[in-house]
Amino acid sequence: MIEARNLTKFFHDKKRGEIRAVDNVSFTCRPGQIYGLLGANGAGKTTTLRLLATLLRPTGGSATVAGFDTVANPERVRASVGFLATSTALYSRLTARETIAYFGRLNGLTAAEVAERTRRLADELDLHEFLDRRVDKFSTGMKQKTSIARTVVHDPAVLIFDEPTIGLDVMTARNIVRFVRDCRTRGKTVIYSTHVMSEVEKICDVIGIIHQGRLVAEGPLADLRLRFGEQDMEEIFVRAIGGEEVAA
Amino acid sequence: MNRSNVVTVYLKELRDSLRDRRTLISMIVVPTLMIPGIMLVAGVVSYMVVNKAREEVPAVMVLGGNDSPVVRAALTADQKIRLVPATADWKQRITDKQLRAAVEIPAGFDAALEHGDATVLKIFNYESELRSGFAVGELHRFFNTYREKIITARLTGRGLPAALVKPFEVKTENVAPPEKVGGNVIGGIIPYLFILLCFTGAMYPAIDLTAGEKERGTMETILCSPVGRADLVLGKFLMVLTAALGTVVFSLLSMGLTFMLGGLLFAKTAAGGAAVAAAKSGAAPMLPTIDPLGTLTVLAMVLPVAVLFSAVLMAVSLFAKSVKEAQSYVSPLIVVVILPAMMGMLPGVELNTRLALVPILNLALVSKELVSGVFHWHYLALIFGSTCVYATVALAFCVRMFNREDVLFRT
Repeated sequence: MIEARNLTKFFHDKKRGEIRAVDNVSFTCRPGQIYGLLGANGAGKTTTLRLLATLLRPTGGSATVAGFDTVANPERVRASVGFLATSTALYSRLTARETIAYFGRLNGLTAAEVAERTRRLADELDLHEFLDRRVDKFSTGMKQKTSIARTVVHDPAVLIFDEPTIGLDVMTARNIVRFVRDCRTRGKTVIYSTHVMSEVEKICDVIGIIHQGRLVAEGPLADLRLRFGEQDMEEIFVRAIGGEEVAA
Repeated sequence: MNRSNVVTVYLKELRDSLRDRRTLISMIVVPTLMIPGIMLVAGVVSYMVVNKAREEVPAVMVLGGNDSPVVRAALTADQKIRLVPATADWKQRITDKQLRAAVEIPAGFDAALEHGDATVLKIFNYESELRSGFAVGELHRFFNTYREKIITARLTGRGLPAALVKPFEVKTENVAPPEKVGGNVIGGIIPYLFILLCFTGAMYPAIDLTAGEKERGTMETILCSPVGRADLVLGKFLMVLTAALGTVVFSLLSMGLTFMLGGLLFAKTAAGGAAVAAAKSGAAPMLPTIDPLGTLTVLAMVLPVAVLFSAVLMAVSLFAKSVKEAQSYVSPLIVVVILPAMMGMLPGVELNTRLALVPILNLALVSKELVSGVFHWHYLALIFGSTCVYATVALAFCVRMFNREDVLFRT
């Protein structure tokens, strides 16, 4: 379960002054639910996700993840979270197996548990072919599959995916979307941030639209369709942020 | 602190670094092959240059003395001096190194000697030029012998013994053990090399494990794992320290081998001549060596300095967004390290309580004594203790930097 209450993050920039990256954002994501977080570039999505993953400390408000406060218990929060973002790359000189093992050990798994989890993830994500090859020789798809294995090696209750299908071919992207759905089936709390509207329509139970640091619309897809009088997710998004001129 | 996490991070960083060609080059190849290689080549080349200069019969010009045929004839007859005809541009020729030296014989030199009058000879040379120096040496030898001959002839003419003007002889004999001589000769260079190699050995991994990780996007990956910041810093720091100490140990082993090989060569060639000379004077031939226990103590003293370097380099590099930016921050630090290390090599700069508190300089000064086999335990304790304090502060600062999101996520 994720609960964000008036979550706020300001940055200070010498030229631009105070920047409100996340401004009073509140939402709840329950176990067995996929919460889709949508927003244009620079809207505040990644900052929100970093706040939830305890990489950043909030300026105001609070958030609890898997029952732990992100400020009071950051290490317990990180142990309960799997965080995958475009900015979380892999160690190029390690193999996929070594990468999974490294993060498994840091999450407190024994050697036997690491071996068992690696075998299971290799089956689920189809990693066997390149499990013992170095990451620097991987294609984008192989890297992303390994990243997902790294993210979920400790079987966390909460999963945060920031644009997990970016730059992937159709088949690999489908594979990953299927994996995220499976996470929901297994009762995981999932936050899914993306720019691909078709993915949002397909897998998200609740959708939150963030614009200029504020949560401007939230609800199940059906509710958003009713509220904005649009069927297409892209049109709903544009309407929610105030039209195409604002988006530009 | 979770020790298991620290070890996990350290082992991963070690494996990762050992697969990195650049780390291997800075940690193993440079200290084991390049440094001793450069030293060996420089030693051999300088030995050859000096030998060649010594073998040359120097070209010397005699200015004046046309009315003194006796001294001119003696000079011409000397096998170790080659006289060249006098020209007006002798100064320019010395400057151009066509002529090694010139000697001015005053008018009436032979006659003055005949009448027992005092007279003055002048030698012109190119100061600090090796071959010119050898030429001056040969002229001094010639005129000293010439003067002694005249004195002996004068005394004999008066029926007096030669010992009248030479009542005793002075002989110098070295009693310092070889390691003391070696300590003075190479003692200043060894800590300088250790300090420099320790710093350069830590430099690349410190940048790679901080700014490099930020640039490659792996920093955020590790930061979102449950490992505590202090554990993460310690794991990474241990890797940087391993590289710094590894560089020093490899260079020590390599230099030890180089000295052994050099010593064997020296014993076979140069010492051959020295042995003949020593046999004449009754002294045993001696090779400069360094005190092995002292050298190992230097290594122990390098440990807190390596901790200091590793922590400072990591903290500075972490502030940078990219490897390139980190290099621009770290490069000027080399000067900060080299200056005190070089000051330690200066003659006359001696260790005292105040200088024992100056990091790097204190190590350079105490190392000079250690490799000579001199142990000032109170200074050793003071230097080790103070450097440990500096290293702890630097490490704490590094952990603090890892807790600052404006440093970790600087855009």
